[in-house]
Amino acid sequence: MKLTVNGAVADVPVGTSVGDLVRVRIDDRRRVAVARNGEVVPRAEWDTTALAENDVVEVLAPVAGG
Amino acid sequence: METGLPASPDVLELGGEKFESRLLLGTGGVPSLEVLERAIVASGTQLVTVALRRVEASTSGALLSVLDRCQVRLLPNTAGCMTAREAVTTAKLAREAFETDWVKLEVIGDDRTLLPDPVELLEAAERLVADGFTVLPYTNDDPITARRLADIGCAAVMPLGSPIGSGLGIRNPHNIALIREAVTVPVVLDAGIGTASDAALAMELGCDAVLIASSVTRARDPELMASAMRDAVTAGRAAYRAGRIPQRWHAEASTPFHGLPNL
Repeated sequence: MKLTVNGAVADVPVGTSVGDLVRVRIDDRRRVAVARNGEVVPRAEWDTTALAENDVVEVLAPVAGG
Repeated sequence: METGLPASPDVLELGGEKFESRLLLGTGGVPSLEVLERAIVASGTQLVTVALRRVEASTSGALLSVLDRCQVRLLPNTAGCMTAREAVTTAKLAREAFETDWVKLEVIGDDRTLLPDPVELLEAAERLVADGFTVLPYTNDDPITARRLADIGCAAVMPLGSPIGSGLGIRNPHNIALIREAVTVPVVLDAGIGTASDAALAMELGCDAVLIASSVTRARDPELMASAMRDAVTAGRAAYRAGRIPQRWHAEASTPFHGLPNL
């Protein structure tokens, strides 16, 4: 199924969870946050939140700033 | 921040926490993490800002290692947000990522001036305070907006001296002094500081702390500038507490005229 992840189209297997997506995107999961369709997905729900076709997902990590 | 040391008579109380340092350091603009670490140490700061961005071939792990080593508290920001909705969602993401309900709330009106949008800012602040956040809003140097933010329940107000990264210093010192009078929460001068004298002036005007980023991180020698800022904040705060003499139009002799010989 197709998703938009961090602004780019991504093709992932049906049944992929938020937790699965984060694992392939970043090694260091410390202080990572995820938004799905504009809503925060709490870390405790990553593995139980299944993604759906056309979801817009943002996977965010800390950077130096402001 | 619990340090285990005896309470200092002049600690900064912010959001229910105590800080010995009155310098908040922004981390944006550093040429390298090594330079950032030296600047953090030299500044003596206990509170540094960080942001959230899309994961790429990210150096976030290395950044976090530096910040952990420095044992500083992290203050996530909502930099780049232009609506209350974006800022509130960003703050909630930051709460998840950093496990803190503290947020430096920025809602800017355009990307040329980076000036705050007070309408969106007030709405975002209200929603975040209601959601239990400790909100530290970056705001214009407007005493009325500052008072409204304090009334909403923000833990501090953070007026700009001049636009972010401009190094123009404090363009309206009178307004900063008025903001100090208008609110009882801490006032943190945020944005515009170019050099040490600007930081000292902020403290002399009664600000409780300053937030400094570009003037340190983009200085030719960030570590040395961080050290200069630390001294400036300490000196400015002491001068404020000491009570400066009033400015006069004419001279006032410091040596008595009484007893002057007739020569």
